[in-house]
Amino acid sequence: MNKEGALLVYVTRLGDNALVLGQRMVEQVAAYPELEEELANANFALDYIGQARMFYSYAGELEGQGRGEDDFAFLRDENEFRNLLLLEQPNGHFGDAITRLVLFELFYLAQLEALIRCNDERLAAIGARAEKEIRYHLRHNTQWLVRLGDGTDESHRRVQASVNELWRYTGEMFEADDIDTIVEKAWGGPSLERLEERWRSDINAILINATLVKPEDGGMATGGKAGRHSEHLGYMIAEMQYLQRVHPGASW
Amino acid sequence: MVAAAYSREEILRWLGQVADPEIPVLSITDLGIVRDVEIGETVTVALAPTYSGCPATEVIEHSVLEALREHGIEHAEIRRVLSPPWTTDWISKEGREKLRKYGIAPPQEGAGKRALLGGNVDVACPRCGATATERVSEFGSTACKAAYRCRECLEPFEYFKCI
Repeated sequence: MNKEGALLVYVTRLGDNALVLGQRMVEQVAAYPELEEELANANFALDYIGQARMFYSYAGELEGQGRGEDDFAFLRDENEFRNLLLLEQPNGHFGDAITRLVLFELFYLAQLEALIRCNDERLAAIGARAEKEIRYHLRHNTQWLVRLGDGTDESHRRVQASVNELWRYTGEMFEADDIDTIVEKAWGGPSLERLEERWRSDINAILINATLVKPEDGGMATGGKAGRHSEHLGYMIAEMQYLQRVHPGASW
Repeated sequence: MVAAAYSREEILRWLGQVADPEIPVLSITDLGIVRDVEIGETVTVALAPTYSGCPATEVIEHSVLEALREHGIEHAEIRRVLSPPWTTDWISKEGREKLRKYGIAPPQEGAGKRALLGGNVDVACPRCGATATERVSEFGSTACKAAYRCRECLEPFEYFKCI
């Protein structure tokens, strides 16, 4: 694949990660047990949807076939989505939500920081915009993971189970394929090896603070980056895309 | 009339009348999102979005085109500028003062770095000026505000979050 083609796939993946996670969070709107966290979730979801729009608009321009953000979000099938499996897993309880966000955002923040220094101007600019938002999220979400882990016996037990459950989806973040390699070499993008080193040291420190045990790295679930998804994504996008599928081109 | 009949300063003055839809006391120039005005065959206004998902972005773009049309400029367009990214440090001095008078504590300067540390910041009450204030919720009525309470005058108020 040439370097332009790789950049297009890479930008689409970034958009897919943001959209799929954002949509999972949107599903939880009005379902939080407490007002402050309700607002936090909705605000954070909005950031993700906004970021997805920036990535998709850019992907549409790179592709040059007249597709816009809505075409990417609403008119692609599940095997065309390139998001991480971690992000499409169904919602659970509050501890599951916080754990997923911390695991992903530690990676995503490091990825965005590296993209700010890449030599594609537009991607660097989107990275700089998004990085500030994710930094704010992470501060909030990390505090919660520590509070739940180092909280009551019940919260500790439940959030440890969340970490154990979601750990198997973390390997995929660092699994470099051709696209990652080309974007790293040809566009000065992030080295996944470096991101992994940093992620491991960050997550270890947080888990220690939270008095949580780091699970063993067993078999890791992968495939999302290549379009092979768990059964959950199809149901999620069926709901998300319903309106555009039934009324193509509908707008406000 | 051709666009070139207007000066950049004039156009900036008109844009100074365009209010932020979520905090109408601020104009978009106070907010620091107008990055440039280019006058050619068409007038191009470069705007920086605040937050990625800010629902006000499109409303603002619409209002800008509307304002230019009211002044006889039919051929105008918006260019979105992402770099350098907008932070609360782009809010002007006048903008900060307007926020305070409106009852919203303005954001601290040197924002981005402070948000990193997560430490306590002194947020002065916009009504009585006391710094004995406490955060009620890190998240407020819009993505850009947090909820605070003054321990001196006991009034609740909003704080424009630093990013």
